[in-house]
Amino acid sequence: MTSPDDLSRRTLLMKMGILFNGIIAAVLAVPIFRYILSPVAQERGQGVQSWLSLGEVGQFPTGQTRFASYRNPVVNPWDGKTGDIACWVRNVDGKTFQVFAINCAHLGCPVRWFAQSNLFMCPCHGGVYYQDGSRASGPPERGLFEYDYKIEEGKLFIKAGEMPTPGQKKWSSLVTLEKRRCV
Amino acid sequence: MRLIGQIGDWLDARLQVGQTLRETAEHPVPRDTASWFYVFGSAAFVVFILQIFTGILLALIYVPSAGEAWNSLQVLNHGIQLGWFVRALHGWGSNFMVAIVLLHMVQVFLFGAYKFPRELTWIVGVFLLLMTLGMAFTGQVLRFDQDAYWGLGLGASIASRVPIIGPAIVHLMLGGPIIAGATLSRFFAMHVFVIPGLLIAFVAVHLLMVVKLGINDWPMPGRVVRKATYVQEYHELTKKEGVPFFPAAVWKDLCFSALILVAVAACAIYFGPFGPSGRPDPTIIQTAPRPDFFFLWLYAVLSFLPPSMETPALLIGPVIVLAGLLLLPFVFGEGEKSWRRRPIAVLSILLIAVVLGELTHLGTFTPWSPVMDAWSSDSIPPEFLRNRSALERQGALVFQEKQCHNCHALDHVGGKRGPELDSVAVRRTQDQLIRQVIQGGGNMPAYGKNLSPAETTALVSFLLTLRPEGQPAARDSSNVGSLQPEPGKPISTQP
Repeated sequence: MTSPDDLSRRTLLMKMGILFNGIIAAVLAVPIFRYILSPVAQERGQGVQSWLSLGEVGQFPTGQTRFASYRNPVVNPWDGKTGDIACWVRNVDGKTFQVFAINCAHLGCPVRWFAQSNLFMCPCHGGVYYQDGSRASGPPERGLFEYDYKIEEGKLFIKAGEMPTPGQKKWSSLVTLEKRRCV
Repeated sequence: MRLIGQIGDWLDARLQVGQTLRETAEHPVPRDTASWFYVFGSAAFVVFILQIFTGILLALIYVPSAGEAWNSLQVLNHGIQLGWFVRALHGWGSNFMVAIVLLHMVQVFLFGAYKFPRELTWIVGVFLLLMTLGMAFTGQVLRFDQDAYWGLGLGASIASRVPIIGPAIVHLMLGGPIIAGATLSRFFAMHVFVIPGLLIAFVAVHLLMVVKLGINDWPMPGRVVRKATYVQEYHELTKKEGVPFFPAAVWKDLCFSALILVAVAACAIYFGPFGPSGRPDPTIIQTAPRPDFFFLWLYAVLSFLPPSMETPALLIGPVIVLAGLLLLPFVFGEGEKSWRRRPIAVLSILLIAVVLGELTHLGTFTPWSPVMDAWSSDSIPPEFLRNRSALERQGALVFQEKQCHNCHALDHVGGKRGPELDSVAVRRTQDQLIRQVIQGGGNMPAYGKNLSPAETTALVSFLLTLRPEGQPAARDSSNVGSLQPEPGKPISTQP
C-alpha cells in the first residue's frame, strides 16, 4: 500500500537522485573538457614557439634561397618524420635574411623554389610568390609566412613550432612583438 | 531441422522478439514500391556492413602512429597474405558507399519521399550523408601518406579562417601545433569509434522510421500530399494493394546488394588498393597533393574562387547548403511528389550533377596547377624551332629555363595555368608581349626583375614566331606602317 505521502517522498528521492547525478556529471565534465581542449590551452600558453637553429649561416650563400629543415620543438616519440619541418631560407645581402614557411599561404601545400625564375610555385592551386615572399599570382590572399629570425654565434635561428595557417593573425603580430621586445 | 526449430523457440521464449521481427519483415508495402528504384538504401546499408567488417580486419594490422602507419600499410599491401585485397575492398567499398548514398539521396529527392510525414527521415539522412563523407575524409587521412599529410594541412588552413576561434579549431583538429602523431591518433578515433558509432545509431533511427512510417508510395502525378489526409490515404493504399515487404520486395534489394558487392570485389581485384603514395615526410616537397575522388570537386572550387571570395564562400557556403537540405522538407513538405510535375527539382538535380561532374573532371587533371617539372622534362616541339634564327632559339631556351613552360603549353604539352602560346603572336604585338613579360598581370607574375634585357629580347623574338602558318601577326593599329615586327630588332626593356 502506498500513501500519497509515501509517493511524494519517493518522487523527491528520485529527483534528488537525478540532481545528484547531474552534479557529478557537471563536476566530471570539467576535467574531461580540459583534457579535450588541452591542445588549445597549449597554444595559449608559452612553449609552442621557440628559437631553433637552422645551422651555420655559411650554409646559406648571399643572394640565394636554400632549402632547410628543423625538428619541431614539441614532438612525441611516435611522431616519426612528421616532426621534421621544412622551410626556405633567403640570404638577402649577407646580413638580412628571410625565412619562409614551406606552407603556401593559400591552403598549406608545400611551395617549391625555382632559382632560375626567382619564383616560389605551389603545386596545388597554382599560387606563385616572388623571391621576397610577396604574392605574385594565383589564389593566395597574402605573401608567404615568414618566421622571425636572429643570428647568434654564426648560426641562424628562427622562432618556430607551429604550422602556419592563413587565419593566424599572430604571424605578423608575433614578429612585431619580438621587435618591440628587442627595442 | 526440428532441433533448429526447438533452439529457435527456446531463444524466442526468452528474447521475445520473434513476433516483432516477423511483423517488421512482412509489413505491407505499396505494390509498386517493390521496384528497382527502391534498392539504393539497402545497398548502402550492405556496403556499410562490408566497411565495418573490412575495417575491423584492417585494424588487426594497422598501426595508428605517425611514425609507423605508412610502414604498416606497406606490410598490409605486401607482407600479409591478401592484405592488399582487404585494403582494396575497404577503399573501393568507401567509394561505392559515397556513390550509393548520393544516388539514394537523388532518388529520394526526385520521388518526393522527403515530404510529410517523412521529414525527419530525410534530416537523419542528411546527417548520414555528412557522416559518410566524414568517414571518407578521415579514412583518407588514415592512409597516412603525402596526400594525407598535405590534405590535413589543407583542412587546417580552411579551419583557421573561421573568425576568432579559427586557430583554436586548428589546434583542436591537429591535436597540437603541427600535423603529427596526435593528429593521426584523433583521426583514428574519429574514423573507428566516433563516426561509426553515430552512423550505427542514425542508421537505426533511419530504418526505424522507414518501417514505422512506411516506405514512400510510388509518386503518381496528381496524387498530392496533404498533411490532413496523407496518412489515411497511405494506409488505404497499403491495405488495398499492399504486398508483404518480405518476400515481395526484398528480393530486388538482395539482388542489387549482391551485384554491388560483386562490383566492389571486382574493382578491388582489378584496380587494387589505393596507395599509399609517398612517405608522409614533410621535408619531401616534390609532391603534388591530390584529394580522393569525392573531394576533387572541392579542390577545383578552391582554385577558382577569387581570393576575396574564398573565406566567405568556404565559411558561409556549407552553412547555406546544409540549411537548404535541412529546411527542404519543411518548405516543400506538401504538394506533388512526382518528378513529372516538378521540373525545377529535376533541373536542380541536373544542374548540381553537371556542376559537380565538371568540377570533378577538372580536378582529375588540375589545369590551374603549374606543371612543376615541365621546364626540365617537357621539350619544345621541334616544329617550333625549325628554321629559326639564333636569337629566336635562344629565346626558346629562356622559355624553358625561366619555367615559362610550367604554366604555358606549346602544342598541348606543358602547364595549363596560363594560355597556350601556340598562336600568341596572332594575339599580341611585340610591345604587348614585352609588357606582359616584364609587368605580368592577368594572373601572371612580373618577370621584370628576373630577366636581363638580352633574355627578354630573345624570349619575345621567340614568342613572335609562335603563330600558325597563314595567320597574320597581331599588329599595332597606331603604327600602320609596320605590318610585321622585324625579327632580331633590339628591344628596350625599360618601360
